[in-house]
Amino acid sequence: MKVCVTSEGNNLDSKVDPRFGRCQYFIIADIDTLAFEAVQNPNIDSMGGAGIQSGQLIAGKQVKAVLTGNMGPNAFQTLQAANITVVTGISGSVKEAVEKYKNGDFKATQGPSVDSKFGMPPQK
Amino acid sequence: MIIAVASGKGGTGKTTVAVNLALSNSNTQLSDCDVEEPNAHIFIKPKIKNKELISIPVPEVDKSKCDGCGRCQEVCAYNAIAVVNKKVLIFPELCHGCGSCGYFCPQHAIKEINKEIGSVEIGKRDNLLFVHGKLNIGEAMSPPLIKAVKKHVNPARVNIIDAPPGTSCPVITSIEGSDFCLLVTEPTPFGLNDLILAVEVLRKLDIPFGVVINRSDLGDKKTDDYCSQENIPVLMRIPFKREIASAYSKGISIVEAFPEYKKDFQELLDNISKMAKQNNRR
Repeated sequence: MKVCVTSEGNNLDSKVDPRFGRCQYFIIADIDTLAFEAVQNPNIDSMGGAGIQSGQLIAGKQVKAVLTGNMGPNAFQTLQAANITVVTGISGSVKEAVEKYKNGDFKATQGPSVDSKFGMPPQK
Repeated sequence: MIIAVASGKGGTGKTTVAVNLALSNSNTQLSDCDVEEPNAHIFIKPKIKNKELISIPVPEVDKSKCDGCGRCQEVCAYNAIAVVNKKVLIFPELCHGCGSCGYFCPQHAIKEINKEIGSVEIGKRDNLLFVHGKLNIGEAMSPPLIKAVKKHVNPARVNIIDAPPGTSCPVITSIEGSDFCLLVTEPTPFGLNDLILAVEVLRKLDIPFGVVINRSDLGDKKTDDYCSQENIPVLMRIPFKREIASAYSKGISIVEAFPEYKKDFQELLDNISKMAKQNNRR
């Protein structure tokens, strides 16, 4: 079974990225073998709708759950339509997050944890 | 003639300048294009005669025809559509109403429905014509409503456009097509920072412009230095006066509270007319 963890880097030792739509990488990991794929997020500089596009990207990856720091309403709705469980409030390393998920330490989040535009880069 | 009043930074006095200009001339039309927070009516107190509801087209999917191919999502430039598990999700607040999704849908499963985003109200006070737009709460897409307000611009009149703050799409939509743009600023670091951004926009749009410095006796000299370096005319200075602020807080314009200012605003209008004409001859 695979889960997706938002990540600041491209491997299991990287820190969990607190944003969903505009995270640096999506780590798609098998919770039993820890085999993983690092997907660079193409939506980081999106003008708008980054959460929706990232949600759609992950919906195509056959994952059971998304583990991240925060998630806005549009991304949440997209993942819900794809029947993917969302867990927010995750920090630490990607590997820790996957292991804790495997141990059943996490509960699914029932709604978005932040408003739209949460992960927008600061204006210059 | 169309004169836009813009600023970059919010709260510098756009509405104050627009309202007082409008009240200092006998043949004006004031269009409040700050549709997210229109407030010129508080000072003008117009009698509203007509109201138009403004809508934008947003897609609706006929589920019996849709095969979930995802073409609509691919062509949407605004990320307003997601297709997951062959289900189409539409996020209307991101939709610009461009129509691409319906145009490209191979199954002809998308039709456009009108979504109301706000209203335009038209009225007058004495000889002053007044138009403003009111964006519905929660709507993010103001340019279509601003365009609807500007459709009422009356070429036979001196049109004053009260623009929203900032330098993004709503501002561009408000000021484009103007003969002249007044930039209202204040002599503070924030005022100057945003003035510089607004100047860049106007130079790109090739609209002649000048500056009004509000609360001109506060802050520092850097705004004046910038304007002289850049050859930008400072057309008016409005002092920081408790009496002006006090009248403002009661919804009373400067020229009504202190009629001696009327000639200053008339002179400002004359100067603008001259500069706009010079530019048109260029």
